[in-house]
Amino acid sequence: MLPETGFTPETPSTNGGPRIGVYVCHCGLNIAGKVDVAAVVEFASTLPNVAVSRDYKFMCSDPGQELIEQDLRDGLVNRVVVASCSPLMHEATFRRATQEGGQSPFYFQMASIRELVSWVTLDGDEATEKAKAMVAAAVRRVALHEYLEPRKSEVRGDIMVVGGGIAGIHAALVMADAGKHVYLVERESTIGGHMAKFDKTFPTLDCAACILTPKMSAVRMHPNITLWTYSDVVGVEGFTGDFTVRVRHRPRYVREDLCTGCLECIEACIHKQGKFEDEFNEGLSKRKPIYIPFPQATPAVVVVDPETCIWFKTGKCPQTCIEACERDAFDFEQTETFDEVKVGAIILATGFKTFDAGKMPEYGYGLYPNVYTSLEVERLLNAAGPTGGEVVLRDGSSPKVVGIIHCVGSRDAKHNLWCSKVCCMYSLKLAHMVKERTGAEVYNFYIDMRTPGKGYEEFYDKILKEGVHMVRGRVAGVTDEAASPEEEGHLVIRAEDTLIGSVRRIPVDMVILAVGVEPQPDAQDVRRLFNISCGGEGFFTERHPKLAPVSTFTDGVFLAGACQGPKDIPDTVAQAGAAAAEVLAMVDRGFVMLEANTAHIDDELCSGCKTCVGLCPFSAIAFDEERKKASVNEVVCKGCGVCVAACPSGAAQQHLFTDEEIFAEIEGVLAYV
Amino acid sequence: MSETRGDASTAFEPKIVAFFCNWCTYTAADLAGISRMQYAPNVRAIRLMCSGRVDPQFVLAAFREGADGVLIGGCHPGDCHYQEGNYNARRRFELLRLMLRDLGIEDERIRLEWISASEGDRVQKVCNEMTEQVRALGPLRLETAPKVDGEGAARTPEPSAEALVGQVTS
Repeated sequence: MLPETGFTPETPSTNGGPRIGVYVCHCGLNIAGKVDVAAVVEFASTLPNVAVSRDYKFMCSDPGQELIEQDLRDGLVNRVVVASCSPLMHEATFRRATQEGGQSPFYFQMASIRELVSWVTLDGDEATEKAKAMVAAAVRRVALHEYLEPRKSEVRGDIMVVGGGIAGIHAALVMADAGKHVYLVERESTIGGHMAKFDKTFPTLDCAACILTPKMSAVRMHPNITLWTYSDVVGVEGFTGDFTVRVRHRPRYVREDLCTGCLECIEACIHKQGKFEDEFNEGLSKRKPIYIPFPQATPAVVVVDPETCIWFKTGKCPQTCIEACERDAFDFEQTETFDEVKVGAIILATGFKTFDAGKMPEYGYGLYPNVYTSLEVERLLNAAGPTGGEVVLRDGSSPKVVGIIHCVGSRDAKHNLWCSKVCCMYSLKLAHMVKERTGAEVYNFYIDMRTPGKGYEEFYDKILKEGVHMVRGRVAGVTDEAASPEEEGHLVIRAEDTLIGSVRRIPVDMVILAVGVEPQPDAQDVRRLFNISCGGEGFFTERHPKLAPVSTFTDGVFLAGACQGPKDIPDTVAQAGAAAAEVLAMVDRGFVMLEANTAHIDDELCSGCKTCVGLCPFSAIAFDEERKKASVNEVVCKGCGVCVAACPSGAAQQHLFTDEEIFAEIEGVLAYV
Repeated sequence: MSETRGDASTAFEPKIVAFFCNWCTYTAADLAGISRMQYAPNVRAIRLMCSGRVDPQFVLAAFREGADGVLIGGCHPGDCHYQEGNYNARRRFELLRLMLRDLGIEDERIRLEWISASEGDRVQKVCNEMTEQVRALGPLRLETAPKVDGEGAARTPEPSAEALVGQVTS
């Protein structure tokens, strides 16, 4: 990120050679607690070309920046080195200060003596020596910096949102309401995401559909939103402000523009009963080959599943569905189609998946029919679900005792280390609802109760007062082997109750596994597609956990929702709004400042060997066959410097990373100490 | 390294220059810092945008200027911010290592590591390991160039190294 003041220095003159100002930051005690700042300042003043050497408690503060600007304005210095935190933290801040002082923002170099020195070095003397080396390197290097002007690039007004759960829906609506055109891409046949599967939401017990479906239809109706469901992003090119995104639309064999969602075709299907696992209902019911995931699906367009449709499988079917369609919306010849759109920014809201309970065989999921995941029970509770909202066992009877096991797959060294954040609260919600619907005794088995959030602890209190039993202890296992007559015919949950200090066996009729939140299985592919990073666990990495929680290291790509980490609905919506606001700020400004670190080729030195041409991953290097010279298109160049390292004649160079600058840095870290 | 370290003959402190790519390894080094993971102060990191920017000349220059080891850190295969810069780094690294072997520079003095942005602990581990390995090897002594004599030449072998720099490009 670069200064955005729009202020450009008047002349490229360096006023008679480099006069470097070195500013050493204490960062409170973060640096000064380990590094002898006075010694570093003293040392810096002895280095060649250094005109001023100062220290300050917090260089990033206004008075700290003012020190730099004043020295620049007074003509004492014309190049700046700040020895403080990482450039990834405050390079933009100090470049802006350098520019405010009247110099090119690129007459600046940062020496990281916090992240790379004071925070990682045990011994104070060693830290001080290392800090001196880092400062020496920066001083040597900045003396060679060339005059560069910030590059501006226009930002396109259209925006893409990937993922149509509550995060993507909310972000899209905010931006569309602001008058921007939004492409919302969802890979399922309907938007709504996980939230559409829930019956109620904690802690207010709002009906999920009542608060979600109006937003879904608002997306559908919004003149500024192009909704692409059953579609995936397959290619992303370009850079911040100017991305070209390629989207694939999978065939649903029903024309979206003609289908009215009357569902007559489903009725008419040759399969009289549903026969195939209904994914939306977590496999708890059967659907036909032609289906709609749920009544409020948006768009309300049916989908034909070619894997199960008799026509696609055998070519022999009376096609009663087509007969039933008054709109002639069927098109069995449909194939994949593609769209390519240009957008200024992208919000990724690709969501999460739940932990696969089958990975913990001790809990009997898949073995005992009456062990359910929480998501399955959400569907049972849902009035539009497979049982019309009744919580019943597989045999149709009503459970009398229900056990909810928390932290399944979460806070577990064998599976996922992290707390999934939502399970305590949704388990309390499920306890309340199951009790309300069935009158069953409900036991919750928990490690710790985690209920931070507005109204959450109060909700926990309310559930306790309702008489839900809370057993503190990790469950060892679920079994159907009875150890006593009263356990006969029941599932038995074995757990240590750490509050009474004994092992308990509790017979139940139904077990609910509170499965944790995990990254999407294809998060790594999505990350590569959009050129962003993931943490070790697979959630997308934000630019800064506190100060830039919705940005990524790739400018112009933003995050919203659980793709960045486990989140409940209030947090997800807040983050989606934040991402939308960041995008609007960028789009409405109309331009972004680009890094200056592009490559360029010296025509005189270029021998025409073409080594660089094939190496460039972005095809940014063109070759003039007549003149036998290569040249870099600096708009396309992303500034990796691969061509520069490869150029045998030294003709290719990279702004801010020239060979000379890096040699100077090498000498600097080695020469003085 | 510094005067405060006492007798250099009994306590050799290697100097190691590291080239870290901006997106993965440098970010990981920042994470190591934020997590307060202590490691040997011998490693001095230089930030490049991509490990593919590491010109073999940088490695030779570091040895020439007195480094006892050189560490290169990039993104894991398939994760390069610039798609394939790390593959270029790996190719150059393998060729360079062959050449360094001929010059009598031990394999342990140069290391290429893939460290992703979330692997702060790996920065700590690799920096410590390499410092120990190079410490065990002792100071780098380049073969003395024909016309230069004495102990000093081992640390400043200008003519031979200059010649080297000319020979190695990508």
